[in-house]
Amino acid sequence: MISAWLRDDGRKGIRNVVAVAYLVECAHHVARRIVDKTDDADVHLIGFPGCYPNSYADTVMKAIATHPNVGGLVIVSLGCESFNREGLAAVAAASGRPVETLVIQQNGGTAATIAAGLAAVARVKTIADAGPRGPMAPSELVIGTICGGSDGTSGITANPAVGRAFDRFVAEGATCIFEETGELVGCETIMADRALTPELGAALVASVEKAERYYTVLGFGSFAPGNAEGGLTTQEEKSMGAYSKSGSSPISGIVKPGDIPPSPGLYLLDVVPDGEPRFGFPNISDNAEIVELIACGAHVTLFTTGRGSVVGSAISPVIKICANPETARNLAGDMDINAGRIIEGLATIGDVGDEIYERTIAVAEGARSVSEALGHREFILTYKTFEPVGPACLPRRAAA
Amino acid sequence: MSAILLHPDDTILVVTAALAPGDTVLIDDTPSVIQTPIGVGHKIARQPLAAGETVIKYGAPIGSMTASAGRAEHVHLHNMKSDYIASHLRDTLDRSPS
Repeated sequence: MISAWLRDDGRKGIRNVVAVAYLVECAHHVARRIVDKTDDADVHLIGFPGCYPNSYADTVMKAIATHPNVGGLVIVSLGCESFNREGLAAVAAASGRPVETLVIQQNGGTAATIAAGLAAVARVKTIADAGPRGPMAPSELVIGTICGGSDGTSGITANPAVGRAFDRFVAEGATCIFEETGELVGCETIMADRALTPELGAALVASVEKAERYYTVLGFGSFAPGNAEGGLTTQEEKSMGAYSKSGSSPISGIVKPGDIPPSPGLYLLDVVPDGEPRFGFPNISDNAEIVELIACGAHVTLFTTGRGSVVGSAISPVIKICANPETARNLAGDMDINAGRIIEGLATIGDVGDEIYERTIAVAEGARSVSEALGHREFILTYKTFEPVGPACLPRRAAA
Repeated sequence: MSAILLHPDDTILVVTAALAPGDTVLIDDTPSVIQTPIGVGHKIARQPLAAGETVIKYGAPIGSMTASAGRAEHVHLHNMKSDYIASHLRDTLDRSPS
């Protein structure tokens, strides 16, 4: 039984995190010291480094401040940056969460703000910890998936095993999100065949074509040198392996960062910005995608890796599924599940899919994932531009 | 079995345990001798592949050959390329004109 934290908007959290948010790099050190000195597994650092305003960053920060795994918020502002701290605080407060704001320039500088921040975190945490609890069914979970450090084993072990777990969760009425349209280049037509409507199928193809254009302008595909060292030769080969994480359920819609899927089912998260390429690479590293999955409501992220990523995340636990049996031995202390057993003939894809399902439930019930227990709390948010999704992207909502 | 066929239409197999020169793998029930070291997750040709030929994995096209490869030969960046976006390596910035 999942004992969840109940939020005013009806959503349920599997963690009760106090987020300490810096609103510009200039406030990062103060916020980090507050979190480090608090030394609590459920007090996490999040933030945005830029001084210029960006509506995507504003949307994602608000989505995370009101994420069901978040119980309260402490905002750390330098004072002169563009980020609308009052707007962020108002959204968090309106959601029923305790929120405090510290402005370094109005608070006597670094040392005084760290001291004030420690007290603010303690007050916010006391209120958050007294929040209401209640039961949560597996069908109420929102689960994201990502692959990082992929190699030639990813697409034949860990990724299809996550696909099996996704199929089981979707069949039970949960919400599952896969992503990175730049890593679906080459899969667009077979993916479109799974869309709930032909119009959604066309939108899925268009989202991948947008990614291909974007990456072509930037001059690099979503392909790292380690992918090649691990046996992957081309973007489309990597894509076919990555695509298998989505399983075989019908695709119910497309969301963009900060959109909460409106009904259960399987969704594609379109992470590639709209319009002309402006702010650089769509996702400068895996955690940028994990942050976007969390902004779409993901309670937990299933992370497959062949070469061996060690990251976790702030706010929502990351479960590591290792694709490569050699990596599983080398980095045994960083992995939740060894899917490499599949190519060693020691387990089937279905066995590992079931293991991923059970592990997800256990983490939702409160067990710490491996990256979580190791203290990984990565978070990265940079500049992007998005247009709202069109009506074809969410056919069930359009029909309602 | 140290190389597996993922789909009946595939023109490559995926190596599931590291191979050394002189090792023998069964390809469609015929033994073939490996010439170069090949790591886990890498691809070997199921049949002779000609330059320009489309490479099939998971039953889907994953790129084209830029040079020919014999049966059981390593298929990778030295003899194949993407039909979408070029792949890059750690020294790509050093090699490309600025």
